[in-house]
Amino acid sequence: MPDVLLARYAECIFWLARYVERAENLARILDVNETFSRDSRGGQNWRSIVQLNSDEDRFFATHERASGHSVVNFYVIDSDNPTSIVSAIRFARENARTLRPLISTEMWVQLNVFYNRLASLEAADLAPGNLAGLFASIKEACQTHTGITEGTFFRDQGWYFYQIGRYIERADQTTRLLDIKYHLLLPDISDVGSPVDVSQWNALLRSAAGYHAYRRLHAVSTTPARVAGFLLLNTAFPRSVHHCVREVGRLLAEVKSRYSLRRGNDAAEELDRLQVLLGTLDIETILRGGLHEFLDSIQGQLIAVTREISTAFFGYDPEASQMQTARSH
Amino acid sequence: MLRSEASRTVRERLAGLSIDALKQRAASANAEMYNLGITFTVYSDAKTIDRTLPFDVIPRILSGGEWQHIESGIVQRISAINLLLDDIYHQQNILRDGVIPSELVLGNRNYRPLMQGIDLPHKTYVNICGTDLVRDEQGTFLVLEDNARTPSGVSYVVENRHMMLRAFPDLLDEIGLRPIENYGAKLISALYEIAPAGVANPCVVLLSPGIYNSAYFEHVFLAREMGVPLVEGRDLLVEDDRVFMRTTGGLSPVDVIYRRIDDDYLDPEAFLRESMLGVPGLMRSYRAGNVALANAVGTGVADDKAVYAYMPRIIRYYLMQEPILQSVETHICREAGALRYTLDHLAELVVKPVGEAGGYGITVGPKSSRRELEECRAKLLADPANYISQPCIKLSVAPTLVDGHVEPRHVDLRPFAVTGSGTWVLPGGLTRVALRGGSLVVNSSQGGGSKDTWVVA
Repeated sequence: MPDVLLARYAECIFWLARYVERAENLARILDVNETFSRDSRGGQNWRSIVQLNSDEDRFFATHERASGHSVVNFYVIDSDNPTSIVSAIRFARENARTLRPLISTEMWVQLNVFYNRLASLEAADLAPGNLAGLFASIKEACQTHTGITEGTFFRDQGWYFYQIGRYIERADQTTRLLDIKYHLLLPDISDVGSPVDVSQWNALLRSAAGYHAYRRLHAVSTTPARVAGFLLLNTAFPRSVHHCVREVGRLLAEVKSRYSLRRGNDAAEELDRLQVLLGTLDIETILRGGLHEFLDSIQGQLIAVTREISTAFFGYDPEASQMQTARSH
Repeated sequence: MLRSEASRTVRERLAGLSIDALKQRAASANAEMYNLGITFTVYSDAKTIDRTLPFDVIPRILSGGEWQHIESGIVQRISAINLLLDDIYHQQNILRDGVIPSELVLGNRNYRPLMQGIDLPHKTYVNICGTDLVRDEQGTFLVLEDNARTPSGVSYVVENRHMMLRAFPDLLDEIGLRPIENYGAKLISALYEIAPAGVANPCVVLLSPGIYNSAYFEHVFLAREMGVPLVEGRDLLVEDDRVFMRTTGGLSPVDVIYRRIDDDYLDPEAFLRESMLGVPGLMRSYRAGNVALANAVGTGVADDKAVYAYMPRIIRYYLMQEPILQSVETHICREAGALRYTLDHLAELVVKPVGEAGGYGITVGPKSSRRELEECRAKLLADPANYISQPCIKLSVAPTLVDGHVEPRHVDLRPFAVTGSGTWVLPGGLTRVALRGGSLVVNSSQGGGSKDTWVVA
């Protein structure tokens, strides 16, 4: 029955991809914050990470202040925190467990081993000297997952829903990263064009693995507007919002036509609108209208796309689906 | 310990390995099982704990001759069970002829009146059977139990073999080991054979209670081996007495269901109303002949303890043959002579109530106090028809790696048989081993493990 995909499997593979993508992004952010985000006095801002994930309420319920130690603990090994890396990989593994009939054994084994390793981490493993290595290994494990999937996953409908999930999550993560960092680094809109701490902007690019690509485009100048424009609108950068949205649109159209899926037109239209928007606006216009408002609306549209995909293909009331547990806001 | 000629080559090759080498290979095999997630799951609080079924690396070896005897005995037994079920759910000749007391069947909680009059393809009710065998002190294989509902364990058989092929390639040369790779292909072929008439390319699915079921790994394994969707009750629905699954493209028809859910939970309309695992309306569709179920509904009446006692007579009745595999000698206490014998030998016998499952109400004579025996005697006298008695069987032993040396441990054997139009038995089966010294309990929940079973030429 290669032409038919169980609705529940489509949902699981979509979220499996999202959770791994989310874990990778979180590892990137924590890594960069640890390594590159010191200000001129050597201080680090960890509170922004908590804001990035809209986790303030839950975080400060159990922690007095956002120190490097407490934030890293909360986001790496705290299994009670649903937005931690260990939780994301646990959710990914649970989905993989459900999907075992569909996914390759290599995909399952790697996630199973990855999860068991994360679950066995202790506070001592998060000592400052170990962090860079730990984040590198988490990123690498996520990328190993992506590579194994690319190399072994059967190219049927499931593959499309996997990629759709991955790109939606990536677009969402990039908007969140940009939103928080931009306003932290640039508290006042009148600061546009004023001298800024270049190293902070480089750190932002690094956390999205965009530093070198950005340099190829803009060798000399690092300006907040250019960095934001690059992360949002560049069509060649694999983590830009525009690129991700375009991929989701393409994949959705392809899976619909290849497998004669009648539903999902609402999601396709929503994606079309989003693509047009990202393809026609320039960064100056966006900044003038308010970056935060713009990013907020993109996030809203991505959530709407997810809801429409859930209704169209996963066959469940989206409120009862994994969407409910996926986001705390 | 029985030392057969068949196992000699393997024994000699194993003897050439040091205990340390054996331990090392055993450790890496067990680590691999954990990473592969060949586990059963224990849930406590919010945490999930995955345990591997302890695996002993010393294979249990059966000769071609021994196997042929077992295989033909199982085929015979399953033929008789299917004939019995077809009869019970149609004419009930065996009851009219007084071979089995009617109330034993019709009053059995696993008898499903809903099945009355339904004609099944090839008259096959038990498509998958896992017969439990033990070996007595004379080396004779005896049937202990016919698991004719939803027997599990076959995934361990195949995964244990994979593990052995990787860990001990040096044991295998030219011993004529019978392969077991094709279980999935045999299973799906049988499932195709029972598809509703007129369906050209039947859609087969495996129905599981879901990831929280302790046998979930096996459900995954079987779905993968057959290349079919692993579905849960919520993925299926019945419309106009037809079963469909929910897919990304809408509803898609389902023709054959290998269900790993007990009868009681299968259809809340027909059985337990509170079941969340089942599919409302499934039995309507089944009765209308629009979907096939494996195993059929209502097979539990055939693997019941009370009916077990009659199995030799059932085989003679339908097949006019002597049973190839002996049952454990069973005294049916509703018969006066058997009751007298049981009362006279209470201290040596195991007395079991017939209606119960899961070991409840059993009195093990040699391990009981005088008072317990007197209580048992009183119960027997009050309601003899509710009891059977059997001698205590000492399970045979097989060499097992324990704490760095090799010791004898008690084992049983569960071969798996697949029946569509005919019956095929997977060579070997699941050898379960009681890892605690002296213990006769092979269950995984109570310190049991497993071994690969090798049928060699």
